Amino acid sequence: MPNGNSNGSDTGAVVAAVLARHGSDGTRLMQILREIQEETEWLSPDILTRVAEGAKLPRGQVEGVAGFYHFFHTEPLGSYRVLWSDNITDRMAGNADLMARMCKKLWLKPGKVSEDGLVSVDTTSCTGLCDQGPALLVNYRPVTRMTAERVDQIVDLIRHKTPLAQWPAEFFHVDDNIRRKDALLGADFKPGDALKALKSPQEVLDAIKESGLRGRGGAGFSTGQKWDFCRAAVGTGPHAAHYVVCNADEGEPGTFKDRVLLSSYADLVFEGMTISGYVIGAKKGFVYLRGEYRYLLEPLNAVLEKRRAAKLLGKSILGRTGFDFDIEIHLGAGAYICGEETALLESLEGKRGVPRKRPPFPVTSGYLNQPTAVNNVETLASAALIAAKGAAWYKSIGTPKSAGTKILSISGDCERPGIYEYPYGVKVSQVLADCGARDTQACQIAGASGLAIAPNEFGRRIAFEDIPTGGSFMIFDNTRDMFQVARNFAHFFVHESCGFCTPCRVGTTLLANAMDKIDEGHGGEYDISDIWRVIRTLKTASHCGLGQTAGNAVADTLQKFRPSYELRLNVRDFEPAFDLDKALSKMREVTGRDDPGAHFHINHRKSRSGLGTKAGEPS
Amino acid sequence: MSDAKTFFLDEEEIPFEEGQTIIQAALSAGKYIPHLCYHPEFKPHGSCKLCTVRIDSRTVTTEDGQSVKIPGRAAASCTTPAQAGQHVESEVPEIQDLRRTLIQMLLVEGNHYCPSCEKSGKCLLQGLAYDLGVMDPHFPQYFSKREVDASHPDVLLDFNRCILCELCVRASAEVDKKNVFAISGRGHTKHLICNSESGELGDTNLAATDKAANVCPVGVILHKRHGFEVPYGQRRFDKAPISDNPAQYAPVKEQV
Ligand code: SF4
Ligand code: SF4
Ligand code: FES
Repeated sequence: MPNGNSNGSDTGAVVAAVLARHGSDGTRLMQILREIQEETEWLSPDILTRVAEGAKLPRGQVEGVAGFYHFFHTEPLGSYRVLWSDNITDRMAGNADLMARMCKKLWLKPGKVSEDGLVSVDTTSCTGLCDQGPALLVNYRPVTRMTAERVDQIVDLIRHKTPLAQWPAEFFHVDDNIRRKDALLGADFKPGDALKALKSPQEVLDAIKESGLRGRGGAGFSTGQKWDFCRAAVGTGPHAAHYVVCNADEGEPGTFKDRVLLSSYADLVFEGMTISGYVIGAKKGFVYLRGEYRYLLEPLNAVLEKRRAAKLLGKSILGRTGFDFDIEIHLGAGAYICGEETALLESLEGKRGVPRKRPPFPVTSGYLNQPTAVNNVETLASAALIAAKGAAWYKSIGTPKSAGTKILSISGDCERPGIYEYPYGVKVSQVLADCGARDTQACQIAGASGLAIAPNEFGRRIAFEDIPTGGSFMIFDNTRDMFQVARNFAHFFVHESCGFCTPCRVGTTLLANAMDKIDEGHGGEYDISDIWRVIRTLKTASHCGLGQTAGNAVADTLQKFRPSYELRLNVRDFEPAFDLDKALSKMREVTGRDDPGAHFHINHRKSRSGLGTKAGEPS
Repeated sequence: MSDAKTFFLDEEEIPFEEGQTIIQAALSAGKYIPHLCYHPEFKPHGSCKLCTVRIDSRTVTTEDGQSVKIPGRAAASCTTPAQAGQHVESEVPEIQDLRRTLIQMLLVEGNHYCPSCEKSGKCLLQGLAYDLGVMDPHFPQYFSKREVDASHPDVLLDFNRCILCELCVRASAEVDKKNVFAISGRGHTKHLICNSESGELGDTNLAATDKAANVCPVGVILHKRHGFEVPYGQRRFDKAPISDNPAQYAPVKEQV
């Protein structure tokens, strides 16, 4: 529990201690800021100055980093910072009402700090707990399965300033919810199995290549080839080295497979990293763990300790001289863009998570411009299995172009949300049947940037040759409104754009605003044509994949679920977003008046257009 | 195609040297490609995306004899290396339209009231907008609230017009070695900051003669007591469109 009243000298001591712990190394800025903030609650201007001086960085750079990440705050946000996960699945589970209840009980407006400086309540992007939502983070620890009762309990705990450590443990309980195991989750694997089977690096590399293993993040690049390029690349400068990076910044809305892999299969993941290090000649590996999974830091460090003790990490692994490899966990701070591998590398170097220009690619110029192999969590776990059990075994699973299995994170309208592992090639209809989905209207596969598919496509398959995915699989039944799904995703991208390039920084906002305008009943054909124009601009001109795919969900729903838009469109071609009556609402609030005379022609306007403002509202 | 290193820009052959980007080669050959965040004296940035071009589109003939154009990849020409034989499309309707949209996006993101802006007539954003035939901002204005910083004795910051090209950031870091400017926030909250605990320019070591104080393509970084020395109507883009003289790029030193 952070202490709420650190005074100046305390702060100085905290900053000095944290800086010392990290050797005042500027590349460790993210960890430095996080560890300081865990003690001081927020990063005051004075703290930023001290850090900058200590780490010998321009102050502006330190402030810029603190200002980039959602989980760093340069303004006080209370001793209790509550962040409600706001993925569409959390909304479907009723997060909005629960959050409103919490705010009302605490006398708070979302995003504002209580007057006594005790608490703030706000939303955040998907926290990776969609199978047990609605979820929230309180001081970056997840609370699952929120109910009205739980809201009331939490409000009481906060009011009584109860330290988090004394909150009921069941609040923080996170389930794995593994529903279907296959080759990976069902493997009989003991720590060291793959390392004991190791032959020469070249032979391991050949096996990985032969297995047909492809990256599980969604893009599907051949893992063997990536390792081969990286191994062949030469490090530069006085600190020439190779690096392995495990991308555990699982931010795609609706994905939580990495959470489960890291909770219950960490050995497999670490062993995969060690093997990757062995093949490419790296001595050091990083796990880039998303800030939302902060609670996994201590358990993961414990696993690392155990592996060091068992000689599975460290110097001369399993007695092989020259085989040195160790792993460090780097914690993110709430930025979806850091899942993009070059943004991740920037972040790992202690900078703002802005994607780099490519080329050069990370395999030749990655972390600190050294050859770096960045792999997904699931890819590394699969690589460990291949090293242990052989390429032929692995290749026999899946389809010709997609070897092995895929772990899906299933959430939304189904009886059994959770983790499902399938051999590649499984049909969407099969997945839906297995998880108990009924009257399914649509599936959103591969997250907010992915694909919305309609029932006539449920015969399609999960595989690189048909529907590739990092693992997010959200289900919507007939009662759901696909327009609202797309609107939620549009807002997600507003929050998560890094803002580097014009099309994405402005385009994501214009898109979300247009969706809001339609939602409020002010949209017409004019707005739809604007939406297409923005989507085209995003796709064509954006710097990275985030911007290029930010319009996908809106484009897909416009094409496949058009009626959900029609319902709301105004009959006229153009209607301004500006609403005179709404503009008066502030005055109504101030004067405490809400009688018809305090409204501007509201009935007149409705009867003239002949349409209610919102779908379902009586006209 | 000749043996010398050349590529095609809108069907015209352009020579280039190894290591040059598309825009560098084009500008040296006297061909203008619209740009805002590119400046020949600084490392390319690739953020405004005004210089976007299409590379290597192909036309194929289908079975029923129709020719179909398969669009090539779009890329920022300021960060993409020129390659021998590649075909680059720049002044084609699709790309010009994209550029107009990007200009409009920048116009609604900030508060650009040209008639009252000291930079009018020598502003790259305005000059580009005229050149591309942008008639209005089209999208709903943000009306973003941005403060003015007048704390420095010689230099004024009017953040209303900042297009986040980061030229001042690069100039201060690369040329002046002062790091006076930096970027904070992200997405729609991204904004320029000054390197001081108060956040004020007056508390930095910026000098009016610094490169960073003279590089802003729009009307953010302005010199005090030098407003309107050249009247409207006689300024650079009042006299000739921005695309007229590609080689003479931008005001390297603020014309006062
Ligand atoms: S597309 Fe968006 S996220 Fe990607 S670089 Fe541009 S602004 Fe950043
Ligand atoms: S102040 Fe000027 S130079 Fe600096 S980022 Fe803004 S527009 Fe670019
Ligand atoms: S000039 Fe190329 S992106 Fe700005």
